Amino acid sequence: MSSNSVPIPDAIDSTKPTSGEAWLLEALHEWVITVDHKKLGIMYIVAGLFFLLLGGLEAVIIRIQLLVPHAQFVSPEVFNRMFTMHGTTMIFFVIMLILFGFGVYLVPLMIGARDMAFPRLNAWGFWMSTFGGLLLYFSFVGGDGLYGAGTAPDVGWWAYAPLTSRAFSPGHSTDYWTVALLVSGFGSVAIGANLVATILSMRCPRMTLARMPLLCWLYLVMGALLLFTITPLTAAQLMLMVDRYLGGHFFDTQAGGSAVLWMHFFWIFGHPEVYVLVLPAFGFVSEIVPVFSRKPIFGYPIMVAATVGIGFISLSVWAHHIFTMGMASYSNAFFVLTTMAIAVPTGIKIFNWLGTMWGGKIRYELPMLFCVAFLFQFLVAGLTGIMLGSAPFNWQLNNSYFVVAHFHYVIVGGILFAILGAFYYWYPKMTGRLLNQTLGLWNFWLLLIGFHLTFDFMHFAGILGMVRRIYTYEHGRGWEFWNVVIGVGTLFQVLGLSCFVFNLVWSYFQGRPADRDPWDGWTLEWATASPPPEYNFSVLPEVKSARPLWDLKHPEDPDWKYQ
Amino acid sequence: MSTSPATFPATERPWTLPSRRRVGMFCLIAAESAIFVIFLVAYIFYIGKSLTGPTPRQVLEIPIFNTVCLLSSSLTIHLAVRALQRGKTATFKLFWFLTLALGAIFLFGTGREWHRLIYSAGLTISTNLFGTTYYSLVGLHAFHVLAGLLGLTIVMLLALAAKVTEEHTEHVDVFSLYWHFVDVVWVVVFTTVYVVGR
Repeated sequence: MSSNSVPIPDAIDSTKPTSGEAWLLEALHEWVITVDHKKLGIMYIVAGLFFLLLGGLEAVIIRIQLLVPHAQFVSPEVFNRMFTMHGTTMIFFVIMLILFGFGVYLVPLMIGARDMAFPRLNAWGFWMSTFGGLLLYFSFVGGDGLYGAGTAPDVGWWAYAPLTSRAFSPGHSTDYWTVALLVSGFGSVAIGANLVATILSMRCPRMTLARMPLLCWLYLVMGALLLFTITPLTAAQLMLMVDRYLGGHFFDTQAGGSAVLWMHFFWIFGHPEVYVLVLPAFGFVSEIVPVFSRKPIFGYPIMVAATVGIGFISLSVWAHHIFTMGMASYSNAFFVLTTMAIAVPTGIKIFNWLGTMWGGKIRYELPMLFCVAFLFQFLVAGLTGIMLGSAPFNWQLNNSYFVVAHFHYVIVGGILFAILGAFYYWYPKMTGRLLNQTLGLWNFWLLLIGFHLTFDFMHFAGILGMVRRIYTYEHGRGWEFWNVVIGVGTLFQVLGLSCFVFNLVWSYFQGRPADRDPWDGWTLEWATASPPPEYNFSVLPEVKSARPLWDLKHPEDPDWKYQ
Repeated sequence: MSTSPATFPATERPWTLPSRRRVGMFCLIAAESAIFVIFLVAYIFYIGKSLTGPTPRQVLEIPIFNTVCLLSSSLTIHLAVRALQRGKTATFKLFWFLTLALGAIFLFGTGREWHRLIYSAGLTISTNLFGTTYYSLVGLHAFHVLAGLLGLTIVMLLALAAKVTEEHTEHVDVFSLYWHFVDVVWVVVFTTVYVVGR
């Protein structure tokens, strides 16, 4: 690797204070008051991992309860809380927090800036999002509002009316859900605005939009989507608060209100949210695949166009979640067509990643392994998505485990695998040490096997009629075998993710030291030290092409000659 | 002459990017717009669906004076920013104060209207769907006016302490974007509630 020959001035290492307790307090203080995008990025990621443990525990409880018919591992009330908390946690406080973390960490480095556009707003967003999550979990202690009426929220993560009305959800459990998502929603909007402003206004000299790393493009669209995605949920939550606290009638059918309106408002948020989650995952893959195929990304402009296209189309597909509600046939047709349409830019992306790998000199390092798994699994997730996107098929299988399998394929098989790839790829940049290879392989294979055992066979249970969110089931419906397989898969996934978490901790202290550019990368974050100094770049770089480090390493054959 | 060396124009254009403050404010405005759109959709969806009275036609009076006040405050804040741009701080303070006053009159007017609706017309947020949607939508807008008034007051106090000068034009200008947004939203809310919905 030619990494050490890159002639970019290095950082001076700041000296660390000594002596035990004082050092600890000082370090803690520094992390609490920080507005540095790298520290905040890491804090986002750590918070996300913390919630991942909680959400994972809930998933395990759900699977144990469903392992055999008539199990009574937990009570039905607890079961309802578990799937509600599992969904809410994983979407809002695991995937989103981790993606925000990578975003605020990487985007300024990749565009050659010293920080986000609004560093204090960045810190504010972090604390709002994290406190939202803590508030949600405080409901286990504080939600017991009325005669032991409930602790944690138990209305499902989409909280359909009228289940959330005072009559059916006494106590404060639903309010914890509402306020937690409101609070974290403010944080998300702050992050969205900050990402957009950073990417549009903080790029280093000569980094035109067409020379940005694709990851920045994807975060730009994600940031913009956040502005239009989280806010409908915020508005709907405000309405729910009005209903619950001020006696309003938004979703109160007895006073002429409409429960269907909540479904629309929720999914106007809910569907673009999927793309908020998946776009950064696309970004990770778009950075990792070229570096490990030793080729520039195939079809950069098309990738950008597909990204922006996904951003727009994703705002008009929401009702494919509620085909069974009974809409007019032209509404059904509209949402079927838009859902089919969004498969086009997504398919373009898949082909472009394949095109990047085609004829490349592929190195199957850990980040690349996860990306290859992502490609395959995300393709399958997309195919079941197209199946569910056609209304008649959906009428048959909506609310069954087929749907659960489909969106876990997207979120675990797609997004989580891409995130893990990102961890293996950028961990050396963040900590200065590589993640352990052996543990990484155990992580990859255990998770892969577990993932396929669980979610491949969940499709079958769904086709056989197993409905989601049921507490238990009868003998002789043909679901017993599949649920055992799913349970075994869960065990594998837990083992795989344990390897991952252990690897994160172990490698922080014992991992092989990484130099600034362990993968022979091409984007600007590899031009600075690992971990980067507080100011990122002692001299702001000036770029001439989409691969500035390639230009530096190969002055005889720079990219900008061809662009 | 022909022997003079060829001079090329400066290598590239100077590197300029949009102001991050402006971009940030436009992002906030976009996000706020989405919130208002959802509340407007709910309002329009529920027009005429209340099961009991009172109806909008029975109790709503068109707040012409209020509307004129709020809309003209857009003009005054624009004039204030222009004055600051030219370094005329006294004119800036005058127009800024006018903006503040007009916004306060609007908020006071909304308060009076609500008082009348609650105590004379018997319409509260829990009376019927009209009450729920009306107070939510108009209240959401009034909340934004209130937030704007707080911002205006802070800038006013800073200006009185002679801390706002020509170099702060961009800051003040970006803030004025928010105020214009609040005005535009009122035009939409006004049309929906007092024209279409009545």
